[in-house]
Amino acid sequence: MVKVRIWGSLTAATDGRSEVEVDATNLRELLDSLAQAYPGLQPQLKRGVTVAIDGLLYNDDWFTPISDDSEVVLLSRLQGG
Amino acid sequence: MALDKNAPETRSFKVVGSRPLRPDGIDKVTGRARFGADMSAPGMLIGHILRSPHAHARIRAIDTSKAEALAGVKAVVTRADFAAAPEGMEDVLDNCMAGEKALYDGHAVAAIAATSAAIARQAAKLIEVDYEVLPHVTDVDAAMAPGAPALHDGRSDETVPDGYSANVMSRVEYGHGDIEAGLAKADRVLERSYKTAATHQGYIEPHACLATMGPDGQADLWCCTQGHYMVRNTCAALLGMDQGQLRVTASEIGGGFGGKTTVFIEPVALALARKAGRPVKIVMDRTEVLRATGPTASSSIDVRIGMTKDGRITAADAELRYQGGAYPGSPVGMGSMSAFAPYDLENVRTIGYDVVTNRPKQAAYRAPGAPMAAFAVESAIDELAKGFGLDPLDVRLKNAAREGTRSSYGPTFPAIGLEATLRAAKDHPHWSAPLGPNQGRGVACGFWFNFGGDTCVTLNVTPDGTVTVTEGNPDIGGSRASMSMMAAEELGIPYEKVRTVIADTGALGQNEVTDGSRVTFAVGLATIEAARAAKREMCARVAKIWGIDEEAVIWEDGAAKPAGPNAGDYPPMTLAEIAAIASNTGGPIAGHHEVNAEGAGVSFATHIADTEVDPDTGATRIVRYTVIQDAGKAVHPAYVEGQFQGGAVQGIGWALNEEYIYGADGILQNPGFLDYRIPVASDLPMIDTVILEIPNPGHPYGVRGVGETSIVPPLAAVANSVSAATGVRMTDLPMSPPKVLAAVQGQQEG
Amino acid sequence: MSQIHVTTRLNGDETEFLCDAQETLLDVLRNRLGLTGAKEGCGTGDCGACSVTVDGRLVCSCLMLGAEAVGREIETVENMADGETLHPLQRKFLEHAALQCGICTPGILVAAKSLLEQNPSPTEEEARYWLAGNLCRCTGYDKIIRAVMDAAEEMRRAS
Repeated sequence: MVKVRIWGSLTAATDGRSEVEVDATNLRELLDSLAQAYPGLQPQLKRGVTVAIDGLLYNDDWFTPISDDSEVVLLSRLQGG
Repeated sequence: MALDKNAPETRSFKVVGSRPLRPDGIDKVTGRARFGADMSAPGMLIGHILRSPHAHARIRAIDTSKAEALAGVKAVVTRADFAAAPEGMEDVLDNCMAGEKALYDGHAVAAIAATSAAIARQAAKLIEVDYEVLPHVTDVDAAMAPGAPALHDGRSDETVPDGYSANVMSRVEYGHGDIEAGLAKADRVLERSYKTAATHQGYIEPHACLATMGPDGQADLWCCTQGHYMVRNTCAALLGMDQGQLRVTASEIGGGFGGKTTVFIEPVALALARKAGRPVKIVMDRTEVLRATGPTASSSIDVRIGMTKDGRITAADAELRYQGGAYPGSPVGMGSMSAFAPYDLENVRTIGYDVVTNRPKQAAYRAPGAPMAAFAVESAIDELAKGFGLDPLDVRLKNAAREGTRSSYGPTFPAIGLEATLRAAKDHPHWSAPLGPNQGRGVACGFWFNFGGDTCVTLNVTPDGTVTVTEGNPDIGGSRASMSMMAAEELGIPYEKVRTVIADTGALGQNEVTDGSRVTFAVGLATIEAARAAKREMCARVAKIWGIDEEAVIWEDGAAKPAGPNAGDYPPMTLAEIAAIASNTGGPIAGHHEVNAEGAGVSFATHIADTEVDPDTGATRIVRYTVIQDAGKAVHPAYVEGQFQGGAVQGIGWALNEEYIYGADGILQNPGFLDYRIPVASDLPMIDTVILEIPNPGHPYGVRGVGETSIVPPLAAVANSVSAATGVRMTDLPMSPPKVLAAVQGQQEG
Repeated sequence: MSQIHVTTRLNGDETEFLCDAQETLLDVLRNRLGLTGAKEGCGTGDCGACSVTVDGRLVCSCLMLGAEAVGREIETVENMADGETLHPLQRKFLEHAALQCGICTPGILVAAKSLLEQNPSPTEEEARYWLAGNLCRCTGYDKIIRAVMDAAEEMRRAS
């Protein structure tokens, strides 16, 4: 199980919990598992998120590996200038 | 073959870190470089856009018949000439050409293509638009108030609680810990509200493009943009074309800073070209650029910070309200994430509201969302430190985020450079230099994420042993030089033997826009990998020639060599020697790399600003300015310094002069460079720079992006300096002379 | 609408063109004579990207009518280099990395050349005030001023 931290305004979709656990070995599985376990997250996942894995930022690469001891944090989708 | 696996910090470089001349330099100092407006085509028409004179109005009808009847007019388009936009693109289309409503002063409502600019302008006057003028709102706090004129109905997303106006599009919340408990431990809790005005990227080159489209549906577009692949994909979607049928060529780009990361005139030019059957060129004028492109958000921010008397922050809380113009998407999320990012905080929270107003839709502007948030937070920390009589650098050091700190936005930081920038600031002679009368010194920190994204690079070895690097990201500040340097470094050949070109959209796969400080990181990474692929191929060829295993050949100093004594005794073969016989050994040699480059490293900066305020006029002069920033690895230090200096000066303009001024009628009052005043040479001193290099583990050479962080600290650094010079805390940007004078006089009277 | 026939000296060569009465010199240079080195950044004389010299005087070509060029000597950025030899200012701009995007560079070079013709030994402050009519958004002016001062010094030594 991977522990995922989510940001405050999303906790409405996770029964108020700011950290949830899902089964995932890569980014795609992580996003799929989150959407399945917490349907309330789906609108935000559809709008897009950035995922911080062990402090580095990932946007789209489904097969980015995630291990059980990875630190995983969901972030609003980032955009640059 | 064995490749160099050195960790970035232990590696020594030959080319990277030097300062060669840029490959596009001669063209740019002789006037030969071709920018957006410098291209023309046989039979070309000139396009012109009719814009709304109202801040908010329903478009009841548009009658174009008189314009179409004018001699020389070849096509007129309105929203009716565009099909419904695909899902997710509706706002982009509506911003390029208004549908049911004009949502801001300057919103495009129709466009004409004619045989001359004069005829096109004359035709615009003949278009009759029947407007029903609606109430408007341009201020973020006014737009949030219940009962405010609503731009859209029912577009607030599920994150917005009940009780807000329909202009609040979304709400975000970040943080951890217990704010109230933390505040209770403080010796002082400071509560302050701050405001920043909307500013424009202010690139000197107005948007320009030249479109052609044939009856077979194939189209070509030349334009100045930060991302021609983005232009292709967006325009194809809005015009109902296949992406492969639209070839977009990026011109040289005359500045962007985020403002050229979307489309405005490009789909309109294509629609006109399609209808007229002739090439159409559209060039914005400066008024159009200011009224109708993408300035950044204005903000209104409340901050609460608790601090102990020895300078430890016990809790930090902020509410950020950003208006991002007429459509959802202000950078408040990034503002909320970045606000407290430099600090190691037990209790932290940011709440952000994305608000729409009757202003042009904001576009990215260099570290979008972060400078305003940093202005508020860094001002508050400065005020608290001063109140306790503490050194503001010591307070920041005491609270600085480090490797292992759980950041305010969630992730735990890997190795980061904030503390190093603070120590360098303390050690810098600027920090201890004496100040004159009416002068003050301010300091502030800044943070930015940096990005990667889709990237393609192809590296070709020519028969005479030179190398061309083909990449797909417009070069906005010298990146072709950086790519050539990284390719030369990796291949072990001189910089002069490599030429980097920016290819059109037909030449490479998808490339993310030149944004998020991503190019030196991501395109650099792909360039290095493409060079490694070419090296592998060359080693394989040489292995065949020598009749030994591929593994027994290594690449060193620009040549293939036997890996060791056991591999055999062969004289090294240089890249040029291998290239000369490529036809005999399997054909042309190339390397390419396609990747979604993830793993960008965050960066931090600390700025020191000295200002002098004229007590009689309120005018502020920048006396001295120093930028200290972590670059990871500076590939071309002169261009890194240039990014530091340019970002700092844009921030200085934001702090002191620049603002979008709307009248009560919702009309922009200052759409020109005379009244929208960006810094000029005589406003400024030299901008000192200190480049720190704390390698990014996500890049083979340790590169972090450098382009954006430099605009984050200056707003607060300058405000803290002006506050020190005047003795009055400045909380409302810009600190224009009348505002500063009023503050100084208010203090004298009070 | 009949056009005006203008004879002028452009970058040393006698040049003829036809233009409309309301056309600016900048439009004539760019659209009729193919000299796109001068840029339009604002069209109101505020940014200096269109700088040229007319009878040796620095002007914004967006503020002058094409018809007013009759009988004048116009010099543009395209004539700064002597064949393959760059003007010292051009060379110093490259050496100092005094350009990032390069859109303001032609105007700044023309303006700086005009400065050094009138004042071969400007102070930094004089250079900053002379160039205050040329906007650059990328560099913060630091490297531009360094390049101008360095070019001035080299030109003084050479003369």
